[in-house]
Amino acid sequence: MIKPKTDVVIVGMGWTGAILAKELTDAGLRVVALERGADRDTQPDFAYPKVVDELEGSVHRRFLQSLSQETVTIRHAPNGVAVPYRQIGSFKPGTGVGGAGSHWSGCHFRALPEDLKLRSNVEQRYGKKFIPSEMTIQDFPVSYDELEPHFDHFEQVCGTSGKAGVIQGQVQDGGNPFEGSRSRDFPLPPNPNYLGAEMFYGAARNMGWHPYPIPAANASRPYVNPYGCQMGPCNFCGFCSDYGCLNYSKASPNVCILPVLRQRDGFELRTNAHVQKVNLDSSGKRATGVTYLDAEGHEIEQPADIVLLCAFSLYNVHLMLLSGIGQAYDPATNEGTVGRNYSYQNLNRVTLFFGKDVQANQFIGNGGAGTTMDDLNGNQLDNGKAGFVGGGLIWARQPGNGPVRGITVPKGTPAWGTKWKRAVVDSFRHSFYYEVQGACMSYREHYLSLDPTYKDGFGRPLLRMTFDWHDNEIKASQFLVAKALEMTKSLNPLSTVGDAKKAGSHYDTTQYQSTHTCGGAIMGDNPKTSALNRYLQSWDVPNVFAIGANAFPQNNGYNPTGMVGALSYWAAAAIRDRYLKNPGPLVQA
Amino acid sequence: MSQHDDSDSRIRSRRRFFKDVALIPVATAAGLTSERVASASASDAKAYVPSFFNESEWAFINAAVDRMIPADEVGPGAIELGVPEFLDRHMQTPYAAGAIWYMQGPFVEAAPEFGYQGRMTVRETVRAGIQAIDAYTKKSADAKRFADLDHDKQEQILKSAESGDLKLDGISSKYFFSTLLAEVRNGYFSDPVHGGNKNMGSWKMIGYPGMRADYIDWVTVRDKPYPIPPVDLSGKRS
Repeated sequence: MIKPKTDVVIVGMGWTGAILAKELTDAGLRVVALERGADRDTQPDFAYPKVVDELEGSVHRRFLQSLSQETVTIRHAPNGVAVPYRQIGSFKPGTGVGGAGSHWSGCHFRALPEDLKLRSNVEQRYGKKFIPSEMTIQDFPVSYDELEPHFDHFEQVCGTSGKAGVIQGQVQDGGNPFEGSRSRDFPLPPNPNYLGAEMFYGAARNMGWHPYPIPAANASRPYVNPYGCQMGPCNFCGFCSDYGCLNYSKASPNVCILPVLRQRDGFELRTNAHVQKVNLDSSGKRATGVTYLDAEGHEIEQPADIVLLCAFSLYNVHLMLLSGIGQAYDPATNEGTVGRNYSYQNLNRVTLFFGKDVQANQFIGNGGAGTTMDDLNGNQLDNGKAGFVGGGLIWARQPGNGPVRGITVPKGTPAWGTKWKRAVVDSFRHSFYYEVQGACMSYREHYLSLDPTYKDGFGRPLLRMTFDWHDNEIKASQFLVAKALEMTKSLNPLSTVGDAKKAGSHYDTTQYQSTHTCGGAIMGDNPKTSALNRYLQSWDVPNVFAIGANAFPQNNGYNPTGMVGALSYWAAAAIRDRYLKNPGPLVQA
Repeated sequence: MSQHDDSDSRIRSRRRFFKDVALIPVATAAGLTSERVASASASDAKAYVPSFFNESEWAFINAAVDRMIPADEVGPGAIELGVPEFLDRHMQTPYAAGAIWYMQGPFVEAAPEFGYQGRMTVRETVRAGIQAIDAYTKKSADAKRFADLDHDKQEQILKSAESGDLKLDGISSKYFFSTLLAEVRNGYFSDPVHGGNKNMGSWKMIGYPGMRADYIDWVTVRDKPYPIPPVDLSGKRS
């Protein structure tokens, strides 16, 4: 079956899809959005009390992508055999309307200006030889100043709560003095501090650092965003990460953009519409639309002038490989672009245990809020001395925990029996954790490709991830965790658990670390080493754009969503202001 | 008919509860109430008739969860809180049948960093593990099924399954143990609507307010414990 042609077809209705749909319907285009999962909204899908059922949310994982039909395979090196990611572990893709933007936590950073010019910055500070030959980091082909209005707008849309550190070049008290300059402050002030975040301030200052509130897309006050969408103040319910927000407090496409889109005549949302591939004309240089399966499995063709890939980063790359958009990357020859520069995030946790007089109350939580510092990130870190590329953060965050999600107990505690029970009782209300979140560089042998063996529920090859921890990231983990442990000493915990990655340790796909899977279809200035130009437009098929963290040449120490939102508005502006007037490549190869 | 029996026994145990309370001096009644409620619910848990587990599996489950989370001075045990009922019900959910897992082959050996790569679902693992351990203990010098061993022997078996030292036919003892322990914890701690955690016993033990999900007034309170006992999904307050 062939549907009538539309101006724009969008694959995926998470943050990037919702932003592009809003911007392009603003420009008068007809937009059809195809979402593989179900429609979802605060009511009824995230309504209290059903939404806070821990067994449903954290064991049955009702707000995450089921892996039954679609997953990836993973191996540590190009000479290994990849096996399926059969159960959710290390990362948690979303599905359904809102995507991962409905179950995220809310940490809402901008990228640092120097991190957008990573390769040239590192070369300039430490010399070309400081970068290992197999490390394939690149500059982003866009500057902080170019993105600033888009960072700002996305914060306004999300009702982000924080404290600016630098406004129009002037350092502000209480914010991050090392951040890129902002045109104005956050739309809302920071959320209140839970105990661990408050204690972080003292401990970080003892270290001579500059602690500041994590920018949180979790509203600290009642708020109406520029689109007229309403948000209510976060009540610290403790069900943020992995859950939809019951309270209109956590920014999501569902709360902040879809209320407007759903009313638009030029916008049509089709759910349970699983896009199988992008169709190209006989030249292979132009997309004619997409083919998807509807809820009943019937194949439907949706012709369109512009195809926007707005799925989760991994699935954007998957669709490009399946559709033959650009040349698949081959690490043996170092040729091809699609799949290149897959990167991740370098996360480690340290839990601090205290006595019964310390009311840490880990059931109280707000996903994005807390305290962090940038003294070991960006240009503040002397990488030459530290011995690795890329920085990171140490932070206090408490998205909220309940006993089904797991209670961390002191080292040496048995996993069951009376001693375990005693430790659970002693720990639950009297412990909290600090995390280090480090950057993750890209390498020649870390990439995405199609798996030769395993198929998805529709018969297509699964995406194959080849990734492991490089010495650089292991060193970074050890450096940052040592600093975190040093910092915690002044707080006098009874004990701590948590270690850095050990030399030679491998990527463990079973332990949750981060959903910040980046790269694979990266933006760049050179069509030989990037799949997308600086406007996230395919070099090879210029009426296809791939919007998301897939565009990051490597990952920095921050959470990616603020950057992903800014890139979405950046790409939307290029399509609206330039592409529509003259459809074709926005950058000449 | 069986429902009738259930409610009868519930009424009986409630009567017994009130009778017992009446005998306690007023000053100590408040302190003992939660214990009495727990023992009343233990008789509820016994009244549950399993529909997934057969008789010998049910005996194993009851024995194993009692070792994993025993009743002790710290708080209620898994039996009192109805963890066997939770397990019997949870084994019949789509989750335990592998609904959210990628279940296509080929199934190959891989390093532990890649997670479980076999083709068994949670419920198949639990069932196969129970049968394999019972077969093992029946063949051993004791010649009894697991449930009929003494507590020390049961704990030895569970410890050697936990470490993976126990060699079983057709299943990794370590994988079986970790699967069962995760399920036992789920039953002990999840909302009573799922069959375990009767009367929110585990939440009271650890001081978890349950499904309150609204703490804005307590974020910055430092000098006293959170004051309100838990509420569950059905709105029942303790």
